[in-house]
Amino acid sequence: MAATETLPEQKTAFNSADFAPVIDLNDLSVHFGGRPILRSLRGELRGRAVGLLGPNGAGKTTLIHTLLGFHDPSSGTAHIFGRDITTEIKQIRQVVGYMPERDSFIARMSAVHLVRLMAELSGLPSEAALERAHEALFYVGLGEARYRNLDTYSLGMKQLAKLAQAIVHGPRLIFLDEPTNGLDPPARQRMLRLIREIRDSGQAHIVLSSHLLRDVEECCEEILILKDGQIAQYCNLEEERKANRKFLVLETRGDQNAFARSVAALGCEYALTTDSRVKIVLADNVEVRDIYRAADEHQVQIRRMSYKRDSLEDIFLKAMENGHGGL
Amino acid sequence: MAVYEHTYKRYQGLMTPAWSRFLILPRHAFRDVFKSKLFTAFYAICFIPLLVEAVLIYLHHNVNALAIMQINVRELLPIDASFFQFFVNFQGGFAFFVALLVGPPLVSRDLRNNALPLYLCRPFSRAEYVAGKMSVLLILLSLMTWIPQLLLFLFQSYLEGWRWFVDNLWIASAIFIGSIVWVLLLALLSQAVSALVKWRVVASGALLGIFFIPSVFGEVINQIFVTRWGSIISIAALMRNITSGLFGSFVRETGSVRITGFDETIVREIVLREPPLWACWAAMFVVCAICLALLSRKVRAYEVVS
Repeated sequence: MAATETLPEQKTAFNSADFAPVIDLNDLSVHFGGRPILRSLRGELRGRAVGLLGPNGAGKTTLIHTLLGFHDPSSGTAHIFGRDITTEIKQIRQVVGYMPERDSFIARMSAVHLVRLMAELSGLPSEAALERAHEALFYVGLGEARYRNLDTYSLGMKQLAKLAQAIVHGPRLIFLDEPTNGLDPPARQRMLRLIREIRDSGQAHIVLSSHLLRDVEECCEEILILKDGQIAQYCNLEEERKANRKFLVLETRGDQNAFARSVAALGCEYALTTDSRVKIVLADNVEVRDIYRAADEHQVQIRRMSYKRDSLEDIFLKAMENGHGGL
Repeated sequence: MAVYEHTYKRYQGLMTPAWSRFLILPRHAFRDVFKSKLFTAFYAICFIPLLVEAVLIYLHHNVNALAIMQINVRELLPIDASFFQFFVNFQGGFAFFVALLVGPPLVSRDLRNNALPLYLCRPFSRAEYVAGKMSVLLILLSLMTWIPQLLLFLFQSYLEGWRWFVDNLWIASAIFIGSIVWVLLLALLSQAVSALVKWRVVASGALLGIFFIPSVFGEVINQIFVTRWGSIISIAALMRNITSGLFGSFVRETGSVRITGFDETIVREIVLREPPLWACWAAMFVVCAICLALLSRKVRAYEVVS
């Protein structure tokens, strides 16, 4: 089989699309049997690693499937690297890798055989596909087990094999649907480390769909939270944390009331508890050292201080409460 | 992503042409199919009738050999349309059993293991998937039906001479069309059954049933209604009529039934007529259309359940 075509990356169309957002959602709606699953999703995802969050049935997997062209949009469309999913899905699939949530294998095949087949179907010539299959399996840590039949793999190994087939053709965008499902802690850590490595290599963007907030927190820079098929929140995780208010919980000895009034005068909200604790929500212009100064003025001892920023869980729960924040 | 570097890198090399990628599936499938020594032996046995055919053609033109074996040339089968039709039908029977062994697991195995998303998330369409899976059977069956038959036709032409070739070129077209229709039908039916039934044994049974159950029903209809139109639901009968039509041996009237009174006088005579050829072709197209519709419905990355 003659290898004559060039990589899509080498084509001018994709070069010109380098400045386009990774995923551009244009009023994307998907209905199944008249029931709306995704409703008018709008926004541009540009992050290196985007976490896709949402409760069960929020439409995370449907969004991934629609972006891969498995489902037709009922209305609207989306673009991946500037290419329309309704008209240029083949070109998109050339530069996209997908790790499905469920077990997906071809029976009676060794891992190297499966990954090679997938590489060939992505357009790699036979020899290059075999070489990349070995490399991908070594990369994910299945080098020693690559000739074993997939049916004999443990769940963790199967997840790694799925990751290997998703990256074997060197895609620019990788969709990972619940990659840590069913993994024990060491296997989960290994998977997350691989995802972070791919992200940090700068060679591929990642869209990670997961129920596990911790996984998303560890791997993603940006999050897209879906609720009832709509975007509840899209934000940069670090910026959102910085922008969110900071909480202090102080354990004090001394005149708590005078201290609290002084803190309030700084513009902070506070709450006194019965067990000598003061909870303070820091105002934007107030630093922790201002709190120390106020305590010093009133001869209040600060025995313990815990400093807390919004965790992803807080951001997620707020998005769930607030409803549809949009972009 | 070199082994020693352990880093993620994009692929920068050349790509294969998109049109040729469906052929990757048969290449990988053959590796699996011929792993079975039993199947390999059976497939080899399928070529024995072709060997016999070649020997018969050779004997017709080798006077010395006939003399040594003390065989009169008239005792041998004449090399004409009926000779080739016989072997086309014979090989068709073998092709059915090969399809029965190879066809059912092709799609069902992928469906059972949720492998379709892996294929279809790549620059590889559903049509290419079906074409790739069908070409496994198309290649295997073509290699044992029309390709050797046409080679033997050329062999006969070579031995008989140019005039025979020109006069009998229609036999070559009959060999090709008759075999390719049968091969396509087998490939389509086995893929459709394979897409419907996830378990190999059940799929094989269903494929067998598709050929035999309608034949039985068709015969029941023929007997009850004193007609031959029951053949229209029998795939085997349809194929037999189409092949006969192509080889010029199709006869519509296949008999008659006389209804007699108590005094043995003929009350009515019903002439049994096979369905016309156009009806057989139309029925065959309907079968193929149903198979394609089924494949189009079942071969999806994910099935949406309403």
